Amino acid sequence: MGEIWQGLTAAFRLIVTFDADLVEITLRSLQVTLTAVAIACAIALPLGAWLAIQRFRYRRTVIALLNALMGLPPVVVGLIVYLFLSRQGPFGALNLIFTPTAMIIAQVIIVTPLIASIAHQAIRELWADYHDLLISLNATKRQRMATLIWDARRALMTAALAGFGRAIGEVGAVMIVGGNIDHVSRILTTAIALETSKGNFALALGLGFVLIGLAIAVNLMIHGLGRTEREGTW
Amino acid sequence: MIRLISLIAALIWSAAAHADQMRLAVTTSFHNSGLADILLPEIQADLGLQVQLLVVGTGQALRLGRAGDVDAILVHSRAAEEAFVAEGYGTHRREIMYNDFVLVGPAGDPAAVGPQSAIGNALRRIAETQAIFVSRGDDSGTHRRELSLWASAGIGIDTADPAWYRAAGAGMGATLNVASGMGGYVLTDRASWLNFANKDGLTILFQGDPALFNQYAYLPVDPAQHAHVKHRLAQKLEGWLVSPKAQAMIGAYEIGGQRLFTPNATDADAPAEG
Repeated sequence: MGEIWQGLTAAFRLIVTFDADLVEITLRSLQVTLTAVAIACAIALPLGAWLAIQRFRYRRTVIALLNALMGLPPVVVGLIVYLFLSRQGPFGALNLIFTPTAMIIAQVIIVTPLIASIAHQAIRELWADYHDLLISLNATKRQRMATLIWDARRALMTAALAGFGRAIGEVGAVMIVGGNIDHVSRILTTAIALETSKGNFALALGLGFVLIGLAIAVNLMIHGLGRTEREGTW
Repeated sequence: MIRLISLIAALIWSAAAHADQMRLAVTTSFHNSGLADILLPEIQADLGLQVQLLVVGTGQALRLGRAGDVDAILVHSRAAEEAFVAEGYGTHRREIMYNDFVLVGPAGDPAAVGPQSAIGNALRRIAETQAIFVSRGDDSGTHRRELSLWASAGIGIDTADPAWYRAAGAGMGATLNVASGMGGYVLTDRASWLNFANKDGLTILFQGDPALFNQYAYLPVDPAQHAHVKHRLAQKLEGWLVSPKAQAMIGAYEIGGQRLFTPNATDADAPAEG
């Protein structure tokens, strides 16, 4: 129990002193994860909408596959991305291994199925309501998708936040492809793993509390910007 | 989409913009000693060289070197290093310093390893009493050394009962955490042990046997295998590590009044061309 208390005080001390290393790795965590979630959304939201309105032969299979990929093990993703980006791998010449870009790539792969699955679910329900209207307006497929994405935006925000939650707390993949290099690819989760391995539980826990606080802050901010949960606008 | 691409391009650019950087794979035991935190700022000041450390086990460090993902490696597993050079992945092997391994265990010492005269006897005591022993189990330099010590003690550790022989499959610090949680014996390098913060009931029980000597060597990755490696920078770093200044810094590094590393670089195993 003493360790948890020490962790809280360590977190408090790191934050009030505005510790330079903490600020750096926190910003890098945010940079990597927000970029990954933005890219994943750009892929997953249209994909979810398209799966909702398009009927094709293996649709069920594709949806089931997408749902299954929500549980993609990050360590495996990390290893595969490593093998592709390693200097011996097919994309080795890009020299991306052990950079934040490599970490972004791994996180995009991890969160895209998650966001696409939730997005598909939300849009499918909306499509049931909008189907007749959009068909009778003779809207093109692109217009239908755009309308559905816009009108389902609150549910899609939840999808994006779920993706953010999975990516910001992820350590297995970014450890392998990022290498946890100080001042280059160290982020909150890999720093926590490192401090734990040194037996510095208080500092590790302190960083953990900072990470949890960060996730809460981002969620509150997005909800604030999206003006959800307010009278008349839900 | 264009913004997205330019963002990605900016990220790649920012990663590539710095001059004179090299990647060095080091073992967890070296990094946990804290010596890197002393040496890296000096390297930056003297050579203008930013050394990016990848902290991994010796097995993974050698793998990264083979793939050309790092420019040099600093590890401690002689047989594996010599194979690395013989296979043409490293230009040569340069000894830098050594420290030693110690056998750590619960203060009560249930297997009575403390009074033993040699590490082989101490390990045999653990095997006989089936006291819990936590192994790295991760193909690291420390793990390989542990396996060879079991072998020379005449104990077939492959068939040991997992009830007492626990392979953690983790780095030095994580393994020490496991040992401290289980009250088990563990073989660790002295540096990691002194820097470890969660000792909790564990203490050094056996040390000083010459068989526990732990040599660190520096191996630049051969540019003939991987044309992109920064061999010039790797040579520069080697020159610095064996310089009188660096060797003196290594020898002067202490934790709690205990000297951790003994520098022993010599010109004898310097590469022929430089």
